[in-house]
Amino acid sequence: MSADLTRRTAADLAADLAAGTTTSVALTQAHLDRIAAVDGGPDAGVHAFLHVDAEGALAAAAASDERRAAGSPASALDGVPIAVKDVLATRGLPTTCGSKILEGWVPPYDATVVARLRAAGLPILGKTNMDEFAMGSSTEHSAYGPTRNPWDLERIPGGSGGGSAAALAAFETPLALGTDTGGSIRQPGAVTGTVGVKPTYGGVSRYGLVAMANSLDQVGPVTRTVLDSALLHELVGGHDPLDSTSVDQPLPSLVDAARRGAEGDLSGVRVGVITELSGEGYQAGVQARFEESLELLVKAGAEVVEVSCPTFVHALATYYLIMPCEASSNLAKFDAMRYGLRVLPEGVDSPSAEQVMRATRDAGFGDEVKRRIILGTYALSSGYYDAYYGTAQRVRTLIARDFAAAFEKVDVLVSPTAPTTAFKLGEKLDDPLAMYLNDLATIPANLAGVPGMSLPSGLADEDGLPAGFQILAPALADDRMYRVGAALEAALHERWGGPLLDRAPALAAQAGPTDANGASA
Amino acid sequence: MPEITRDEVEHLANLARIDLSDAELDHLAPQLSVILESVASISGVAGDDVPPTSHALPLTNVFREDVVVPGLGAEAALAGAPESEQQRFMVPRILGDEQ
Amino acid sequence: MSTSTTGDVLVDYDEVLAAYDPAMGLEVHVELNTATKMFCGCPTEFGAEPNTQVCPTCLGLPGAMPVVNAKAVESAIRIGLALNCDIAEWCRFARKNYFYPDMPKNFQTSQYDEPIAFEGWMDVLVPTADGGTETVRVEIERAHMEEDTGKSLHVGGSTGRIHGADYSLVDYNRAGIPLIEIVTKPITGLGAQAPEVAKAYVAQLRELIVALGVSDARMDQGSIRADVNLSLAPKGSGALGTRTETKNVNSLRSVERAVRYEMQRHAAVLGEGRSILQETRHWHEDTGVTTSGREKSDAEDYRYFPEPDLVPVAPSREWVEQLRGTMPENPRARLARLQESWGFTDLEMRDTVGAGALGLVEETIAAGAAPQSARKWWLGEMARRANDSGVEIGALGVTPQHVARVQAMVDAGELTDKLARQVFDGLLAGEGTPEEVVAARGLAVVSDEGALSAAVDKAIAENPAIADKIRDGKVAAAGALIGAVMKEMRGQADAARVKELVLEKLS
Repeated sequence: MSADLTRRTAADLAADLAAGTTTSVALTQAHLDRIAAVDGGPDAGVHAFLHVDAEGALAAAAASDERRAAGSPASALDGVPIAVKDVLATRGLPTTCGSKILEGWVPPYDATVVARLRAAGLPILGKTNMDEFAMGSSTEHSAYGPTRNPWDLERIPGGSGGGSAAALAAFETPLALGTDTGGSIRQPGAVTGTVGVKPTYGGVSRYGLVAMANSLDQVGPVTRTVLDSALLHELVGGHDPLDSTSVDQPLPSLVDAARRGAEGDLSGVRVGVITELSGEGYQAGVQARFEESLELLVKAGAEVVEVSCPTFVHALATYYLIMPCEASSNLAKFDAMRYGLRVLPEGVDSPSAEQVMRATRDAGFGDEVKRRIILGTYALSSGYYDAYYGTAQRVRTLIARDFAAAFEKVDVLVSPTAPTTAFKLGEKLDDPLAMYLNDLATIPANLAGVPGMSLPSGLADEDGLPAGFQILAPALADDRMYRVGAALEAALHERWGGPLLDRAPALAAQAGPTDANGASA
Repeated sequence: MPEITRDEVEHLANLARIDLSDAELDHLAPQLSVILESVASISGVAGDDVPPTSHALPLTNVFREDVVVPGLGAEAALAGAPESEQQRFMVPRILGDEQ
Repeated sequence: MSTSTTGDVLVDYDEVLAAYDPAMGLEVHVELNTATKMFCGCPTEFGAEPNTQVCPTCLGLPGAMPVVNAKAVESAIRIGLALNCDIAEWCRFARKNYFYPDMPKNFQTSQYDEPIAFEGWMDVLVPTADGGTETVRVEIERAHMEEDTGKSLHVGGSTGRIHGADYSLVDYNRAGIPLIEIVTKPITGLGAQAPEVAKAYVAQLRELIVALGVSDARMDQGSIRADVNLSLAPKGSGALGTRTETKNVNSLRSVERAVRYEMQRHAAVLGEGRSILQETRHWHEDTGVTTSGREKSDAEDYRYFPEPDLVPVAPSREWVEQLRGTMPENPRARLARLQESWGFTDLEMRDTVGAGALGLVEETIAAGAAPQSARKWWLGEMARRANDSGVEIGALGVTPQHVARVQAMVDAGELTDKLARQVFDGLLAGEGTPEEVVAARGLAVVSDEGALSAAVDKAIAENPAIADKIRDGKVAAAGALIGAVMKEMRGQADAARVKELVLEKLS
């Protein structure tokens, strides 16, 4: 029974718990066992987790079982375990953001989304690996070693949230939270064959999310099905007075939209294919799966048209100006004074605070973080602000206008999520520009604040690896992508004869340092 | 757009309080130039009549009532401090003022 | 020419004015008296145990976010309106990026090119040599919202100051307390009056802040802090010279002294053919000099950009007009009203304003004292003590309520003026309320007729020659006997009653 539990969806598990056929303790233990079996550590295994909190998760599971026995579950997902990206503050649980500079930091407070998980009774299995401060598309920039793609342990799981996506793909957790600044939920979803959603900007609280680029960051669900994403999205979403950019208005029900979509009828739905985000530059197998998915949408009754968003070609450059500016300022707080790493410069007697800051920030930050801090510092300095940050913010307006014009014509926009399937570890590590190109199709949504979803569209013929299909909707119309996504998911299940992840190779048992009682790495 | 020189990277690292080694400077300067060259493509894309977007959604006037809420307490506040003394954060000597 | 204690050569003030025109700019930071901080719900009370008024937001913990305090915005708008400013229809917060250990995020959330209030003025009443006042209009460039930093304690070394310290201890209770920074445009054309105008401006601004009720306005506690920008230009050139920014000017008296000092120092530097370094300087209250801080070059690149965690502030015109209805009366009208109600002469009024005691006298009268009594205590006893200890009169630790209570005791015959002064000694020493000081020090006038009568009898017996003179009708000689009685009673007797008794017994 235990092995089966880890392969069930969150919605199934919630139903099992409600029916009394399993307990939260049983399924939490099953996932902890799976983590112990396949997660390994920096040198082998999936390495999706940076910290595993077996004790805390089991205690929360026991409390959940008691609530259920008393007939008062706290939420629909009460008792279903979850993993949390290590960029979200968790009270009493280490939060490193994948960086040496925060090694050992234990936040004295919970992010709002984490507080909501706890209040809803979801046992937190642990914290998942990520590119340092969410800067990367491969999780290779984690200071604690890369996460490996469960489809092929030689390949990247995407990034920055490779840990959360890989944990889902490896059946180590039924649910996870990720964050998406330029594609960090959706691109890992695409290359691991899982589902990931970046909600409308302001739809989910950012309080407690260690910011990379505040005006672009969003927290969102990482799951194996569209319905599971809807359940988790509804649970963590909604207004938060602690986040000034949080939207204070009710959203249409996402779970209802997903259930309705799963019935398979998309009559009257207009789908726009973004001219600038497909075709040339996309791997043939990825493009083929994308076109096949379009055909399935047409079969379901949708009208598919092509829509041009000409300024999207500037989205990547715009992003790589705005993001480093905000990041360089956000990361200034890591200075060895109040928390985290403190490194004394070598060969200096009685160093000053400033010298300690410099030495710590050199030792504590990795290359990619330094690149972006320097880039942001440059673009914000006097004389350059207008040329870089100012210009980028104006192009951002144009990108938002392109979206607005496109959504006049269609209900949702679609594209492949990422241009390729998972590449080999190390392949693009020292070529930042090549790495940045992974986010080409995901970045426009962040710049405009609109919601985006990635779901698996199948396996590319040339390498047998998962490809992703992206659905974008207007701000605050997140329900539309759940409807279309659920319909496509149902059609694809039929096409592939079941969930795509059933085709992933079995993972070898690991003797890595992760055990059910402690932290790895 | 200007190429970013090694000296410039050193100056920026200084502003950003990062002690870059010579090897890091050699490594980073050309990479940053390539990135900058590529992002420079957007100059001229948007005319001056296009207003900048700093917030994705047009919210204004999000305020909080002036009511005290419980904070952390000194113990929790100082729990993560590399060093503390007299219920304060202990930091290395500070050189001059920078305000 | 003279030389300061730190070796700065200073040109005589008259010579400065013969050769140069001064230009000043004043930046005043007002710490608001909101219950909570600018961006979080932590309390703002002064003097709490270190790091007890902190939360993830004001500690700058990773992930924490700011939310704007509505009351602070309201106070900022009211200050702006009181300074005759335009109130922005739309403005934003911006990040001012620089590293400093007392600033938790290593950026200050402030406002940059979009202040909430701008383009205003204040008419400053400046005393003139002939005993009157003249009005100088100070143009206000902007008033904007920002947050305060934490406080560092420098440990070790020989001086206890920042230089030479072994390490520092930081308390973030003050980090995030709302500040309004009020910046003037360059003030020119004042000549010799510049230092006085600077002082009068800050004094009047302080009174305005008190009248608005938006700050404790205690310069000694740092809730009002002034930075003085000063430059000199060759006389008549109409140019603006290189300026220095003097920080840490924390009393009204120091505002005047710091302007004067920098004028004299600048003139000496320029006179030697050298140029003024654009730099931050520190004012030292104890020695009355400024010393060099740092050059403003590299670090001035603050890399401002709009704070992405906050949304724009767009005060509705209805709100602004509603707040306009809460403005205190203008200073000139207020002075006329108070003078009429108190019956002060022009000279009395001018001295009261000059001593910075207008509000104190007003509050003392409100607490029940007669106007002349209130004036007498503040401009006499309190002004002298403030001057002796080099603090602002309002920062002595004696409140208007104290003064009114002490005067009430005098009026009731429970204290003599001399005893009252001893009560003030106790109040200044922090011995509690006037009643507690009177009780603890045993200062009440002895009204026990028996004891008084016995003391008079004793004095008569010990001074037979004087007693005889009084019996002979030389009433003026009674003074010596009264003195003896007062000495016997250790001052705690009503001298008038003693005189009556002496004359009675010797008639």
